[in-house]
Amino acid sequence: MSAPARVRRPTRSEVEDLLFAEAELLDAWDLDTWLTLYTSDSRYVVPATDVPDGDPTTDLVLIDDDRLRMTLRVERLNSRKAHREYPHSKCRHLVTNVRVGEPDGDEIPVRASFIVWRTRNGKDSTWVGGYTYRLVERDGALRIRSKRVELDMSSLRPANDVAVIL
Amino acid sequence: MTVLDGLVGTGSRLVVEEPERFRVHRDSMMSPEILAEEHAKIFEHNWLYVGHESEIANPGDYVRRRVGGRPVFMVRGAKSGKVNVFHNSCTHRGAVVCRQDRGNAKVFQCFYHAWTFDSEGTLSGVPDREAYGGTLDWEGLALRSVARVESYRGFVFCCYDPEVVGLVEYLAGAKDYLDLIIDAAPADMEIVRGTNEYGMDANWKLLVENSIDGYHAVSTHDTYFKYLVALGTDLSVGVTGTAHDLGNGHAVLEYEAPWGRPVAKWEPLFGEDAKASVDGLRAGLVERFGEERAHRMADLNRNMLIYPNLIVNDIMALTVRTFVPTAPDHMEVTAWEMAPREEQPDVRQRRLDSFLTFLGPGGFATPDDIEALESCQQGFTSGGVEWNDISRGMTREPRANDEAQMRAFWRRWRADMDRVDRTVNP
Repeated sequence: MSAPARVRRPTRSEVEDLLFAEAELLDAWDLDTWLTLYTSDSRYVVPATDVPDGDPTTDLVLIDDDRLRMTLRVERLNSRKAHREYPHSKCRHLVTNVRVGEPDGDEIPVRASFIVWRTRNGKDSTWVGGYTYRLVERDGALRIRSKRVELDMSSLRPANDVAVIL
Repeated sequence: MTVLDGLVGTGSRLVVEEPERFRVHRDSMMSPEILAEEHAKIFEHNWLYVGHESEIANPGDYVRRRVGGRPVFMVRGAKSGKVNVFHNSCTHRGAVVCRQDRGNAKVFQCFYHAWTFDSEGTLSGVPDREAYGGTLDWEGLALRSVARVESYRGFVFCCYDPEVVGLVEYLAGAKDYLDLIIDAAPADMEIVRGTNEYGMDANWKLLVENSIDGYHAVSTHDTYFKYLVALGTDLSVGVTGTAHDLGNGHAVLEYEAPWGRPVAKWEPLFGEDAKASVDGLRAGLVERFGEERAHRMADLNRNMLIYPNLIVNDIMALTVRTFVPTAPDHMEVTAWEMAPREEQPDVRQRRLDSFLTFLGPGGFATPDDIEALESCQQGFTSGGVEWNDISRGMTREPRANDEAQMRAFWRRWRADMDRVDRTVNP
């Protein structure tokens, strides 16, 4: 068996286009389109604030979604019965400090910093942290295979919850 | 007993019980004076949950906690092996001596003047001690232990009141329910790595009520039940059960529900691979405890309140949750997941999934609970309505979706708040 072909390392602009598009879709609450940025074997993980290196197979985390659960999360957030997010908050995802790593097999590792603001019902919440992505190329376009969100906050308390997609 | 006992106190003013009607005044949820009184009369005099012994398994292991709003830390003494809970304050000039959330330490050194204490609290180092000319009270300046510390089957509690009754007596009927949970584990229980530390802009007692409230599940958690159905859970069985007053303000709901339980109740969501191991767990329970107790352990869910602020929910996962008010309309919540040691990885995975999707602040249900409680808190400020009604099920044998369990809490709250021999700290 030969090792999987190493993919071309995309430019930072190409990666930023994808990340900024994701931010825009999340801010617009166009979650169905947001899902199309992800591969069919995707994963979205947010570790607990006290164990940022947490492994969702053995540790308690805040979010551990495979593609099915991502789909069900979107279904929930599109519903009028997701009381925490109905009506939807105003959100703003800021993505910055994007660093593109050396391709690893067919995956391109990417790191970025983020701030997400949620304003709703007179209260502002902020989440701050780092994104770690693993991107792959599908039909000539970059897609997200995994997104891991490590929060810098010493606890989730200032934001109370993490009901939006970070 | 004093002659003042007959007078109507804060509790009786705010909790009014008639034969078919139970009401709680909304001032109890909004007033800073009431919160101060709660600190003085409730959090200072009842046993409060600190942590689980599995979190400090080895000598010198420690965790830092806020208990009843006060910074303390729990450490396994290196010499005695005993669980110590200390006020987190240097006996010299006051700085906190334990400044990390967890770890292992031989000594705790105050960085301010470098006084050093060991894991038993003994003062072991004072720089330039000669300056005291041999008069330093080494014993008197040891770290101050919280007045009472006891643990029941791994659950560590402390109390700031040295006169409090023993922990087992305090736990009353809740003890049997803790036994049920702990006995069901094939090995010791442990707290899983990873803590849910979140908050709510709501009064802490709203979370007491919500954590043991079967009535809101269908209306509030529609999206969670849809999620379960999408994964193949058959909800047609419904949720049926009873509520029990366990004494001293503790209460429990016990009920049958459609979802699987990692204790020993398989469902398709666990996957075919896990069926044999889960069935094996069940057979083990029947062997050890007989059919009836095994059925309770495996099939029945329990949402339990240990007064005033510990929730042990043994449902599709096992949560240990505590919370502390920081304002009349804000609380800090800390939740841990508990599981048997050396659990099969596939069963553990289901347990983890169940916890974060239902019980976690990023899941499909808890954010909606937060919204509900914050919504109540906002509604209170509208005024016009003075009382909450908590009468559901008063005229029948209480069911799991009635409010008997909340009344058990409020009766104890009323009794604590009526006490006149406990003054409010300035």
